[in-house]
Amino acid sequence: MSTPAQPPPRVRVTSSRRGAAPLRPRPPARDIDEQTELGDVYLEGLMRAQLRLSLAVLAITVAGLTALPVVLLLVPATRGVTVVGVPFAWLVLGVAVYPAAWVLARWYTRQSERVESDFVDVVEDP
Amino acid sequence: MSQPLSLAAVVAVCLTTLAVGGLGLRLSRRTSDFYVAGRTVSPRLNASAIGGEYLSAASFLGVAGLVYGGGVDLLWLPVGYTLGYLVLLVMVAAPMRRSGAYTLPDFAEARLGSKAIRRVSSVLVLAIGWLYLVPQFQGASLTLTLVTGAPEWVGGLVVMVVIAAAVGAGGMRSITFVQAVQYWVKLTALAVPAFVLLLLWFRDGHPAPVVPPEWSIPLTPSGPEDHPVYRNASTVLALCLGTMGLPHVLVRYYTNPDGVGARRTTVTVIALLGTFYLIPPVYGMLGRVAFPSLPDGMRSDSVVLRLPGELVGGLGGDLLTAMLAGGAFAAFLSTASGLAMSVTGVIDQELLRPRLARFTGGDAPGVRGFRFAAVVGVVVPYVVSRVAEPLGVATTVGLAFAVAAATFAPLIMLGVWWRRLSTTGALAGLLVGGGATVAALALTMTTSHLGGWPAALLANPALWAVPLAFATAVLVSYATPGRVPASTTRVLVRLHTPERVRLARSRVRD
Repeated sequence: MSTPAQPPPRVRVTSSRRGAAPLRPRPPARDIDEQTELGDVYLEGLMRAQLRLSLAVLAITVAGLTALPVVLLLVPATRGVTVVGVPFAWLVLGVAVYPAAWVLARWYTRQSERVESDFVDVVEDP
Repeated sequence: MSQPLSLAAVVAVCLTTLAVGGLGLRLSRRTSDFYVAGRTVSPRLNASAIGGEYLSAASFLGVAGLVYGGGVDLLWLPVGYTLGYLVLLVMVAAPMRRSGAYTLPDFAEARLGSKAIRRVSSVLVLAIGWLYLVPQFQGASLTLTLVTGAPEWVGGLVVMVVIAAAVGAGGMRSITFVQAVQYWVKLTALAVPAFVLLLLWFRDGHPAPVVPPEWSIPLTPSGPEDHPVYRNASTVLALCLGTMGLPHVLVRYYTNPDGVGARRTTVTVIALLGTFYLIPPVYGMLGRVAFPSLPDGMRSDSVVLRLPGELVGGLGGDLLTAMLAGGAFAAFLSTASGLAMSVTGVIDQELLRPRLARFTGGDAPGVRGFRFAAVVGVVVPYVVSRVAEPLGVATTVGLAFAVAAATFAPLIMLGVWWRRLSTTGALAGLLVGGGATVAALALTMTTSHLGGWPAALLANPALWAVPLAFATAVLVSYATPGRVPASTTRVLVRLHTPERVRLARSRVRD
């Protein structure tokens, strides 16, 4: 008499999701691309940050340009001031403006690149 | 006055341009050649190219002439030319590169989806381009007459023929490298003589220029009818905003690899322009030393060219004059070819091709139409330059800036930053701004009895015409919310999202 065959050991059967798509949050970049309302919020934020920076540069420029006439009008003594034989106003308008504009432009470029890289960090998949 | 050396310099510059145009015939066959360049051109090289194309007769001869005549207040002019790139940098550089448009009408149509706006923009490109070309021809005539004694019509004709040939042959402008070299040629041609003249001036005990007080003190009215503060503020505004609306400036941005590259390029452009503009005032000042008052029959634009002969003389003077004449012709040719290319493109695409297609049923070969457009594009401004009374090179260029500032600047800035811009609003802004500016300038040129404030307001319309154009565009847009293009968000996503963000739908491929 043979002993009845041993029932096969019990095996726990579970469904593996290894092959399925992982449950990850949608990257916001897709929302931006598909112009959902959420994407709109991200775009609005980016545009606002960039525009604020641009307007700041423009304001500095206008302030710098009006400073010279204002100084010359309010303090008439500055009209005759010369630096190494060159009148003050000539030095400002003919020389100093250009490096100042360059420094401002460089600063702006760095800042706006930072705004963009922050934005990329937020919207792209980590 | 006939100077073989100067003539040789001018001929050499013209032949080089033609040779390069011929080379372009072989190298650039499609518009896509721009794109091919786009992936390889570094910001630094591209910046030199923009500088080379931008520095025109107005910068090379005109600024010095105006400083000679008007003194310190005219220094606002080069300041405005340079700051124009700062405004362009912060408002439009990166979005423009990302827009995928490479002419202004392209941008207008892509953003607003309207054929009417495209047509109006095309007409404006023609007007601005021709206004800018006229003084290049006048400068060329003046230079050639001065150094060879040739009749006045010859110089402009030479430039016209060379440009028509170069543009007709093939994308002269696609050769970024050549424009980049042009910048350094112009800088050297202006800087070396300036340096020599300054040294001689110091050796002679640096005599002070003989000038009236308003020449060296800023914003001093020259008479009771003069309003220098308004005049200068309006000029600077026109130059600052006008730069972004010049047809030959925008297209260069396309050779940048991406938006970040476009910004970096602009920073370098500001450095290059700033370096160049240090020099013209030196000629203005030395001009006052050499010629206390303008000699009879001499225009102030020719001060730069006359100085070496006056202060140095002999072979040295001839050499320096030749250098300046060659540099000046390089300036005329590079700017004019860029402009002629833009104008030709518009004539060909907007006017000729649709009509040719209708008559011939699409049988006309495209290249022939393009060459015909190139000829029309340069003959019209040449004729105008012969008929119109010369206003001074930098003054005429200023008119082009004023029109661009009151039309394209509001369109581009609102288009890039404001999502409620409607098609009707944009069109109204273009028409009101452009119409007001053109009317004001036409009145200034045709009537002479205006005095005081009316004359000042009409001669420098930017300070009121630009806000007027902005206000019109904004108010009309608010009134017509139904005409805001449905594609607005998609276009804005494309303009502002950095290239590193992967967008499958919104990006245009290039």
